Amino acid sequence: MSEPLLRVENLSKRFGGIVAADGLRLAIASGELHAVIGPNGAGKTTLLAQLSGQLRPDSGRIYFDGRDITALPMHRRSALGVARSFQITSLFLDLSVLDNVALAVQARCGHSFRFWRNARAEPELREPACAALERVGLAARRNDLASALSHGEHRQLELAMALAGNPRMLLLDEPMAGLGPEESARMVEMLRALKAELTILLVEHDMEAVFALADRITVMVYGRVIASGNPADIRANQDVRDAYLGEQEVAHG
Amino acid sequence: MTLLVEQCLNGLQFGLLLFLLAAGLTLVFGIMDLVNLAHGSLYMLGAYFAATFAAWTGSFVLGALLALGATLLVGMAVEVVAMRRLYGRDHLDHVLGTFGLILFFDEAVRLLWGPEGLSLPLPPWLNTAVQILPGIYYSSYRLAIIVVTLAVAAFLYVLVMRTRIGMLIRAGASNREMVGALGVNIKLLYTLIFGLGAALAGLAGLMQAPILTVQIGMGENILILAFVITVIGGIGSIRGALVAALFVGFIDTLGRAFFPDLLRMALSTAAASTAAPALSSMLIYLLMAVVLVFKPEGLFSTGNK
Amino acid sequence: MTPAWNVRTATVVLLLTALPLVPVYTRLAHDPFLLTLFTRIVIMALAAVSLNLILGYGGMMSFGHAAYLGIGGYAVGMLAHEGIYSGLVQWPLALAASALFALVIGALSLRTRGVYFIMITLAFAQMAYYVVAGIARYGGDDGLTIYKRSQFFSPLDLSNKIQFYYLCLVLLYGVTYLVWRLVNSRFGMVVRGARSNEIRMRALGFPTYRYKLVCFVIAGTLCGLAGALLANHNDFISPATMYWTRSGDLIVMVVLGGMASPLGPWFGALVLLVLEEALSSITEYWQIILGPLLLLIVLFARGGIDGLLRTIGGKRA
Repeated sequence: MSEPLLRVENLSKRFGGIVAADGLRLAIASGELHAVIGPNGAGKTTLLAQLSGQLRPDSGRIYFDGRDITALPMHRRSALGVARSFQITSLFLDLSVLDNVALAVQARCGHSFRFWRNARAEPELREPACAALERVGLAARRNDLASALSHGEHRQLELAMALAGNPRMLLLDEPMAGLGPEESARMVEMLRALKAELTILLVEHDMEAVFALADRITVMVYGRVIASGNPADIRANQDVRDAYLGEQEVAHG
Repeated sequence: MTLLVEQCLNGLQFGLLLFLLAAGLTLVFGIMDLVNLAHGSLYMLGAYFAATFAAWTGSFVLGALLALGATLLVGMAVEVVAMRRLYGRDHLDHVLGTFGLILFFDEAVRLLWGPEGLSLPLPPWLNTAVQILPGIYYSSYRLAIIVVTLAVAAFLYVLVMRTRIGMLIRAGASNREMVGALGVNIKLLYTLIFGLGAALAGLAGLMQAPILTVQIGMGENILILAFVITVIGGIGSIRGALVAALFVGFIDTLGRAFFPDLLRMALSTAAASTAAPALSSMLIYLLMAVVLVFKPEGLFSTGNK
Repeated sequence: MTPAWNVRTATVVLLLTALPLVPVYTRLAHDPFLLTLFTRIVIMALAAVSLNLILGYGGMMSFGHAAYLGIGGYAVGMLAHEGIYSGLVQWPLALAASALFALVIGALSLRTRGVYFIMITLAFAQMAYYVVAGIARYGGDDGLTIYKRSQFFSPLDLSNKIQFYYLCLVLLYGVTYLVWRLVNSRFGMVVRGARSNEIRMRALGFPTYRYKLVCFVIAGTLCGLAGALLANHNDFISPATMYWTRSGDLIVMVVLGGMASPLGPWFGALVLLVLEEALSSITEYWQIILGPLLLLIVLFARGGIDGLLRTIGGKRA
């Protein structure tokens, strides 16, 4: 097997008495959509925070594309092509939808110590931003303030921002959370289209979506990986059934 | 030697006095998340009240007690009229609103007491010196300040750590809604806490009154010191406020007393006497800068504020 | 065009055309005091424009902005005191000293945020105040009289009040335009983004600290220019110029005018200074009115004057 795009070794993180990561190992191959599931408090969001550089692990190593990125700050990782979307929508609410995405584009266009030219008139920023909005179906709302969008549209905007930087890997933190059935279905379709182009790590509670999309699934409980494999293996795994899937498994059987 | 002991005690006294101010500031900030620039105005009011009441009653102690009560009431009134409306707002709103209050209080004091300033004479029994070490005498009034502030610090510790109100204070600091849900009258609790902070500031002001002139603007300079202390100690931490207040008290007092001499030894007299006042007033800010470099959240930060 | 657009535009156009006409009026009406007042307004508006850059657009609540007024002013005053009158020496030094101070203060205080930032900028500005007040050679507490205004090449004469007014006005127009370009550039978008959601900005890959620091230094430098003008205007500089309540005044101007609005600080400076004049002609104790007025503005009129102008006519606030 070739070198995975993202490799995590022995990652550990504690907050006082709470163990968020305990000798965690993970390998995500290029082009794969890898889902991480587990009960609340399993440490999934903390894992994303450590992968994106928002949190430093206590010990362990993170490799991206063969390179040790454990000590790199957030902006350096993002420059390497790791993009993260947030569970709690994290947008620039007082800026326009297009400005939100244009900032994400700008982040990948070298330094921003450019003081004179009107950034809102730069095709280099605006065109990719418009294209990303087009891809998630938000083009019509580009001039509205981000605060005026609905919850589902906020999720779409998050995704557009993650895409705008042309990342190699997308870290998605519960993109379905709080979406209605129709919006969820649309999001699944969108992710299905994206997975052809990108490597995605998906943290999600919506099992229907996870089993519909994932190439591989990792199950975490209390900061540990208890199982990892393709969806069929996970579905069949007794430990996973005991620890987590339980009645959900029956429901989606 | 005598001078050194005396200046050390002065530093201790000043530090403890600063603690009273910083404790009120940090309490109000820690619990109500409110930045109160007008805290210095309450310090000033404490001094003015004390001078006035002492003159009326003819008794220093009675005047001081009345002044303490008066600042408590003014504090609570300010909370009900103005501060209450600022909770949950932007910090910029706090800064502007309380800046308005400073203008108001300064001008109100000028209107009521005139621009000249007052003095608060000490009663004879306090205006003495006691022998603290063989051959070394120290002002009994300053000693009294040290005793009173230490008692207040102990009272605050017991109040916050050991009583039901203190429990509510600590709970309120972490979860406003929960305390509300427990059936505690959170509005009243906040009014009381703000009043307590005001009374602490007033106490500091009235105790300082016999040492310095009572004048308009006296609260503003000392407020900045209280800010420096809060930054060094970490916002919301009473313990941090105490440690930082003592630091600042010592450094400021000893710096002003001895730094010019030290400088004179190092430099030529002319250069030293030019630079000394400017440099010694910089010392505590340099201390703050050093703390910021190494611990931007303060020495005893309570965390996620 | 909505009516709101018209009211606001009309006010802006009125202001932009009325300000150059002030000397004409004062000449005709023989009211030199009015010219002095408006020169002051223009200079303070310039300072407020610079504060708006960090406070309004960058969300950096600096409570020490008046320090640059003092530093810029003292650069002029101290050099004049030493017999150096050339503005070509004084002014660049005023700007450089302000920039340097902003760099040091900003580097330290931007490591923190929120209420710490307010207190730290306040404390460092106050330190500058005490330091200047302690320097006996330059007047200490009493301040320093400037006997000769900054000297430039021949037709320009700063002692001529009308010329000086126009110089200040041109600089105000220029700096306002500069700030406007700045906040709409890539750099400006980064600073605005950092105000809106700094964590997200860093997640996107922006090292926000350095952008904010550069922004902080630019604002300090521009305010140093206002300081150099103010010292020339008053023929005097004293530590009181940089006392912390002066920083408070600047914040009031920015908020009163309307945060993150290009011309908001103009409105704010105009209204606050005219209000001060008006109130102080009614009563000696005018601050007793101004104080509670501020509180009311904070509580009920957060959009400031510019917000008000936008709202007239019922457009969304």
